[in-house]
Amino acid sequence: MSEISVEKYQALARQTRVRVLRMIHRAQSSHVGTSLSAADLLTVLYNRVLRLDPARPDWPDRDRFILSKGHGCAVVYAVLAEKGFFPRDWLETFYLDGSHLPGHITRSVPGVEASTGSLGHGLSIGCGMALVGKREEQPYRVFVLLSDGECDEGSTWEAALFAPHHHLDNIIAIVDYNKIQSFGTVKEVLDLEPLASKWQAFGWATREIDGHDFEQIEKALLSVPFEPGRPSCIIAHTVKGKGVSFMEGQLAWHYKPPNDEQLAQALAELGVFG
Amino acid sequence: MRAGFIRALMDLAKTDERIFLLVGDVGYSLVEPFAQGFPRRFINVGIAEQNMMGIATGLAMSGKIVFAYSLANFPTFRCVEQIRNDVCYHNANVKIVASGGGLVYGALGVTHHVTEDLAIMRALPNMTVIAPGDPIEAALATREAAEFPGPCYLRLARTGDPVVHEAVPDFQIGKAITVRNGDDITLVASGGILYNTVQAAKQLEQKGIKPRVLSMHTVKPLDAEALLAAATETKAIITIEEHSIIGGLGGAVAEVLAESGISGIAFRRVGIKDCFCFEVGSQAYLCKYYSLSAEDIVNEAIHLLKGV
Repeated sequence: MSEISVEKYQALARQTRVRVLRMIHRAQSSHVGTSLSAADLLTVLYNRVLRLDPARPDWPDRDRFILSKGHGCAVVYAVLAEKGFFPRDWLETFYLDGSHLPGHITRSVPGVEASTGSLGHGLSIGCGMALVGKREEQPYRVFVLLSDGECDEGSTWEAALFAPHHHLDNIIAIVDYNKIQSFGTVKEVLDLEPLASKWQAFGWATREIDGHDFEQIEKALLSVPFEPGRPSCIIAHTVKGKGVSFMEGQLAWHYKPPNDEQLAQALAELGVFG
Repeated sequence: MRAGFIRALMDLAKTDERIFLLVGDVGYSLVEPFAQGFPRRFINVGIAEQNMMGIATGLAMSGKIVFAYSLANFPTFRCVEQIRNDVCYHNANVKIVASGGGLVYGALGVTHHVTEDLAIMRALPNMTVIAPGDPIEAALATREAAEFPGPCYLRLARTGDPVVHEAVPDFQIGKAITVRNGDDITLVASGGILYNTVQAAKQLEQKGIKPRVLSMHTVKPLDAEALLAAATETKAIITIEEHSIIGGLGGAVAEVLAESGISGIAFRRVGIKDCFCFEVGSQAYLCKYYSLSAEDIVNEAIHLLKGV
């Protein structure tokens, strides 16, 4: 895929954030903070990194992307619609009665590889896909986006043991480390630190990046595998609610949707007025 | 049953390259021939059943037919959410195989008694639930499960279970096998307890009672047709299972009979009452303790027929 300037990434990510805010406002649903923290990572993944064909969602050689933090689905739906996997007007029905788009990511949506929603499932499914790719020398790679909260789940670490043992250098775990989980900060609830050292110790070639710095995101994602024969882990330091000042770093925005006034204010911060 | 399973799986793997076998660090002196014969299609995932089901799903979503094998409750209860969300929700082509079904691991204690699995697996959408009655059925069930596109749960007993069938029966998922025909009472069994059931039927015949014996190897989808025939052609129905009387074969049959509109059918569930077992003993000892021996089944049948 061709090169993309930082300004272009910024514009794409801004557009995605606007769509996410409108979806969650219209639906009066939740999890806006986790969608916004992952928006920049997804912008780079879908515009520069993943080898996909929206016209052929089941193309055998496609890269696989699994959103293991299934509650962050709004931002993935927004990106998939932008890439043409399904009509953009589906976004207007997100979470509403009769919609194609439920509040946790679901495989029935074109472009979605795996249904998730309960935490700690995605990396195992990804390992299964990566194992077939490796044993049969297929070209695809498997990218799995995890939340920091789901690093509490034991099953995440079962999968983390598996991938290095089987030398799955075609799988990439990205942790959206926004530092806030369901009922408090990660530090308060169940401290993950030193997180990068843990992944490294489990056998993953691990890099830490600023998950909102497009140059760092792109450089990391275009460098995988970081080491031949080992899976790659990217710890992306992010900000929950990134891009909307009054949502950033606030636990409440894991749950509540913006009202009309808050939506207008949020959109204004992203350069959309009226 | 274990031997029947692995032999059938080996045969399948020779002709179908999609067959994978995952084990959760079990299968000593059973799965080695598969591991050696098909090393690139065998994975010991370690003692990590949740991960095993996720891996199995990922393999199945990549075109494989995956058998995921472990013991006791480990491949079901330990990872039931992965089975629901990963295997069943994706309708993934994964065959979950549990060894030690029922009270096989008797003296190892309650943690190893597999006595609620049929109920839990039966409740999951897309899941087919099979408990073969003897080693011949186990081998046939393995082949049928491999050909069936979608999730299956295969509940096996152990190695060296007694053979019930004198000839190879016609085995189809969802179709009961009539092991003996009669029109006084129907004994419906799932799993290895089929042997005791047939022994009970022989004893009843000696007393002049003509029992019909159905091997209801598929607990879901249940063969309602065979049950409704039994309900109209015989006077009483008893279900027999090495499982809780709640939610397994007995529960499933009760549901069919209650909604059938056939009135006055005498019905009993023989199985494990709603309790944990604090008795120590072998499978045979515990079957006797739980009133699952052939003699117990005979007594239930006679008692039930007295009331009709």
